[in-house]
Amino acid sequence: MKELWKGNEAVAEAAMRAGCRYFFGYPITPQNEIPEYLAKHMPARGGVFVQAESEIAAINMIYGASGAGARVMTSSSSPGISLKQEGITYLACAELPAVIVNMMRGGPGLGNIAPSQADYYQATRGGGNGDYRTIVLAPASIQEAADFTQEAFDLADVYRMPVIVLADGTIGQMMEAIEWRTPPRRELPAKEWATNGHRGERPHNIINSLFLDVADCEEQNCRLQERYELIAERETRYEEYMAEDAEVLFVAYGTSARLARAAVLKLRAQGVKAGLFRPITLWPFPEVALHARAAMPSMKAVIAAEMSTGQMIDDVKLAVNGIRPVYLVGRSGGAMPMPMELVELALEVLA
Amino acid sequence: MKTVYQRSKGLMDAPTHYCPGCTHGVIHKLVAETLEELGIIGTTVGVAPVGCSVFSYNYFACDMQEAAHGRAPAVATGIKRVHPDLAVFTYQGDGDLAAIGTAEIVHAAMRGEKITTIFVNNAIYGMTGGQMAPTTLVGQKATTAPFGRDKERQGSPLRMCEMLATIDGCVYAERVAAVDVPGILKAKRAIKKAFQLQLEGAGFTFVEVLSTCPTNWGLTPRDAIAWLKENMVPYFPLGVYKQ
Amino acid sequence: MTHEIIISGFGGQGVMAIGKTLAEAGMHEGLAVSWLPSYGPEMRGGTANCAVVLTSGEIISPMVQEPTELIAMNKPSLTKFEPTIAPGGMVFVNSSITEIKAQRTDIVAYYIPCLEIAHELGSAKVANMVMLGAYIAATGFIRPETIREMLTHIFTGPKAALVELNVEALRRGAGCVDG
Repeated sequence: MKELWKGNEAVAEAAMRAGCRYFFGYPITPQNEIPEYLAKHMPARGGVFVQAESEIAAINMIYGASGAGARVMTSSSSPGISLKQEGITYLACAELPAVIVNMMRGGPGLGNIAPSQADYYQATRGGGNGDYRTIVLAPASIQEAADFTQEAFDLADVYRMPVIVLADGTIGQMMEAIEWRTPPRRELPAKEWATNGHRGERPHNIINSLFLDVADCEEQNCRLQERYELIAERETRYEEYMAEDAEVLFVAYGTSARLARAAVLKLRAQGVKAGLFRPITLWPFPEVALHARAAMPSMKAVIAAEMSTGQMIDDVKLAVNGIRPVYLVGRSGGAMPMPMELVELALEVLA
Repeated sequence: MKTVYQRSKGLMDAPTHYCPGCTHGVIHKLVAETLEELGIIGTTVGVAPVGCSVFSYNYFACDMQEAAHGRAPAVATGIKRVHPDLAVFTYQGDGDLAAIGTAEIVHAAMRGEKITTIFVNNAIYGMTGGQMAPTTLVGQKATTAPFGRDKERQGSPLRMCEMLATIDGCVYAERVAAVDVPGILKAKRAIKKAFQLQLEGAGFTFVEVLSTCPTNWGLTPRDAIAWLKENMVPYFPLGVYKQ
Repeated sequence: MTHEIIISGFGGQGVMAIGKTLAEAGMHEGLAVSWLPSYGPEMRGGTANCAVVLTSGEIISPMVQEPTELIAMNKPSLTKFEPTIAPGGMVFVNSSITEIKAQRTDIVAYYIPCLEIAHELGSAKVANMVMLGAYIAATGFIRPETIREMLTHIFTGPKAALVELNVEALRRGAGCVDG
């Protein structure tokens, strides 16, 4: 049965449906409905909600709770996610699973509370110090926000790493009709590493991200990189829309992909063969599939559409690798790449 | 042959990296003995800080987590909320607890987190090589206060025990000095009491232990102890601040 | 069939509620729906607006640039959004607090004295329901019974009496566009 859900509340409910019983967070617009919903509903489901003194404290509570073996989530929006980077890099190195939701808003600095996609670099390049990655899932609808949040917990547990659900204020605030469904469950490894009291039955466990010895630290980095390669192989996701015969291809994710889809329809109505390539995992970026699509003989141009001054376009260019021209419609500060702008640029580059 | 002394079961059989004359070893021993005597080695999770005692996760025999600088009370909060049945403690130095982690310790106390914090105050940054700490005394030299701490420009040292004692959620706060036999015995009693109160679910418990840093103070271990008694104790009076 | 609606007014006028009710009713009618609010400080007494898309197909974009209908609960909303209405579209104006008229000739305008009617019904709170009644009557794609059914789930127990008040508000609003 379909139900009308607001994005933020759907994310919060999805977390609990995925078995998350520990949430630590700090208020920031436009994601406040996540902590508010969990503050209200966690206790009845036997869970714990803690409003921390800062985003930094919240992400470190996540570290502690995850290290203790629990499914955990925190959420914030851009400036708050910047503060969480310390904890995210520690989670990555200590190989701790966690789900982090970023309902992006305008930046840099305090920016504004309007929707934005300007944290793409931060999310896909690690964000904190050191060589690490986080899986980044980018929902483009409330249904996907609910689905991906649930899947994020399994991904985090399987690969023992932080997973980011990257959306924007629009997804957070919007309501759409969704169906609650359980994603296919993965086989989850036992958390033998958790610090939950050894009771004299096993050696003491240590959750740690310090590798003072050079060889040890390099070995840990190589371990992580091997895992990232495995993830790129297995977990890369994308969706295409009318791309099979396209001569101009939009590449867009999340909210921007909704707008690009509208542009595709407008162009098709004018007889222009437009298509959309929508990365669902921003890391790992679907570069092989995008390259293949761009390499199609019919393809003349690729247009990246994003709510930033051009961040994802770097990955698009790396994937396209010079075989087609790549253009940008990049809007920032809460503005969006509107369908008419995309149509106009498409017509211009095809002319 | 009669055994007259043995290592506490709360400690691993590992050589420590601490400098000669440093009192971290003694304080570790007191915590370890407490865990053993209370029978909670297997049901305790400790949180190590960033600072000289960063490697304490290798020394304590219970499960351990290594926290980011200053965040040990937040990490401990996460652990305790998941496992309210376990004992959880943080072991932190003065830079970790009283500078970068001030917000975390104050708010863990405010929430009345049922954890125990062992705060080792040696008035200097040890691991990074003798920089000024928030507890460095006025006039005391440090590599980042080469002319001595100046009250006008660098303020006066923070008294954490007194500060935390004002917070309702903090049920126990005591300052001790683990530099002589009576002091070590008092420190042991304080640490044990803090853990007992935690196990009773009373609230946040805090033990500040004044400690020496002969290496960065530039003193022999014996002179360092004398310096602590003459200079630190008057500014950081020993005693129970909250009970 | 696709309706892209902008509903705009002062915070506290029930603008968001009109949108949510429309979206939920559309969902019960089997349509694909989205509801997208302006958010933030606007919610604290300034202007507020939301965009609702209802379609028998799939929702392409929840962002509404060119609404098929505008519900303007105050004058600034009419001034701001009238130019964006799609040709042949409709505008519903809360004439109780909007003395000006729509300027365009390629759209149909309805003037609903929401507040006066609400006062006649004894509760200023139902002014937004009067407007909703006018909207569903003029557009005709949502059955009043669907909203009535929803109201019986919202107002239960001691609040059950509010169902009839709201239904009456819808009916009076509808009366404004039936002629």
